[in-house]
Amino acid sequence: MNTESNSYTFLFAALMVLVVASTLAFTASSLKAKQDENVRKEKMQSVLKTIGINTSRDGAEELYKKHIKEEISLDQEGNIDNSVSAFSIKLIREIKKPLSEQRFPVFIAQVKEDKYYVIPLRGSGLWDAIWGYVALREDKKTIEGIIFDHKGETAGLGAEISQQWFQDLFKEEKLFDIKGDLVGINVSKTNNDPKNLDKEDHEVDAISGATITGDGVSDMILERTRHYLPYFNKLDI
Amino acid sequence: MSKESNKSITKKKSSLLFINKESEPLFSKKNRVLLTDPLDDNNPITVQVLGICSALAITVQLEPAVVMSLSVVAVMGASNVIVSLLRNLIPNRIRIIVQLVVVASMVVLVDQILKAYAYDVYKELSIFIGLIITNCIVMGRLEAFALGNNVWRSFLDGIGNAAGYGLILIVVAFFRELFGSGKLYGFQVIPESFYELGYENNGLMLLSPMALIIVGIYIWFQRSKNRKLIEKN
Repeated sequence: MNTESNSYTFLFAALMVLVVASTLAFTASSLKAKQDENVRKEKMQSVLKTIGINTSRDGAEELYKKHIKEEISLDQEGNIDNSVSAFSIKLIREIKKPLSEQRFPVFIAQVKEDKYYVIPLRGSGLWDAIWGYVALREDKKTIEGIIFDHKGETAGLGAEISQQWFQDLFKEEKLFDIKGDLVGINVSKTNNDPKNLDKEDHEVDAISGATITGDGVSDMILERTRHYLPYFNKLDI
Repeated sequence: MSKESNKSITKKKSSLLFINKESEPLFSKKNRVLLTDPLDDNNPITVQVLGICSALAITVQLEPAVVMSLSVVAVMGASNVIVSLLRNLIPNRIRIIVQLVVVASMVVLVDQILKAYAYDVYKELSIFIGLIITNCIVMGRLEAFALGNNVWRSFLDGIGNAAGYGLILIVVAFFRELFGSGKLYGFQVIPESFYELGYENNGLMLLSPMALIIVGIYIWFQRSKNRKLIEKN
């Protein structure tokens, strides 16, 4: 067989593409359901973790049903829109829409006597998207817990935002200043409080070598929580 | 007697694996060299200077370095076998494309299966798995070895080169994590009392230039041990 002829080369290439494409397509579609399930349970696991409940992925569904009392989606003015299921909102698509068409999900959790508002976050790090969830206490100012995750931040530097020690820095920090204005939490390189004892300074210590990821975290918190102000104001009236 | 039966087993096995007719033992000296040579005399990173980019990127911590090494071992072993099986069928003019398609589809396959059945490992690995496609060592070995050698030898060569690559990755990551963050494999190893005495983690170790410098020191060390690597003139 002449493996150098043009017709053989074309035949080989066509056959190879067919075999590879069908193998990959078959694998991807037969594994899709299982993969989506993993993603869904991970989302529940993340929401639960912000309110201090650590669970395995398999146990997440049950605990989620137990503790999350309400899932609501809000419009720009803070009105509840019942036509959209809050859990199924994907921020990656949502933030591309004009503000008036966006819906902002919030998950209301109850653990014993305490009520929490869990807000999903999404923003940009250095290389790619970063996201997370923040749980606010009933005063809607104090952070109960926060978690971050990322797609492709540098391991050992930006990727540290998904570590427990970094997320613990945000605990009990306040999103609002004394006057009641939203200021967010600044991931600061010039922090005078590296041990993070002062919980009123709206600052946490930045990670060395991860300035842009840190700025992304600050921006993300401020930008996403801003949209919930109308809703929180309505609750307080 | 037992020696004889051993021999016949080897013979049977080797014919199954399409090995050359004159039935060579699976781990003959010639075959063992394929595994050990890339660890030192012909190391892909320190001697052939391939795969440097990923060696810089993922050696900040030990854990991703170990995981990356294992994934490269799996991908190189498998893709060397596939290309070696097809070596008499692949048209010469499109061989690079064929190699690339083999590597890329292996990588995507591994990625998808992990995402469904080992989601935590997948989350840990996903960015690194994609990086394997661009690793020059994989393509280099397919082109230089698997296209011209039988399946078993290609398999050993793939494993050997991936191990040589992993060795450097792990050594570099060991020093970067130890001096950069005082940890090994995520566990604190430099005691708190050192920090109280004024010891500081070296932030420079976390940045990529230090990986290059550690690889340089490794080459220096390797050549002072292994004189035949030093170029004449």
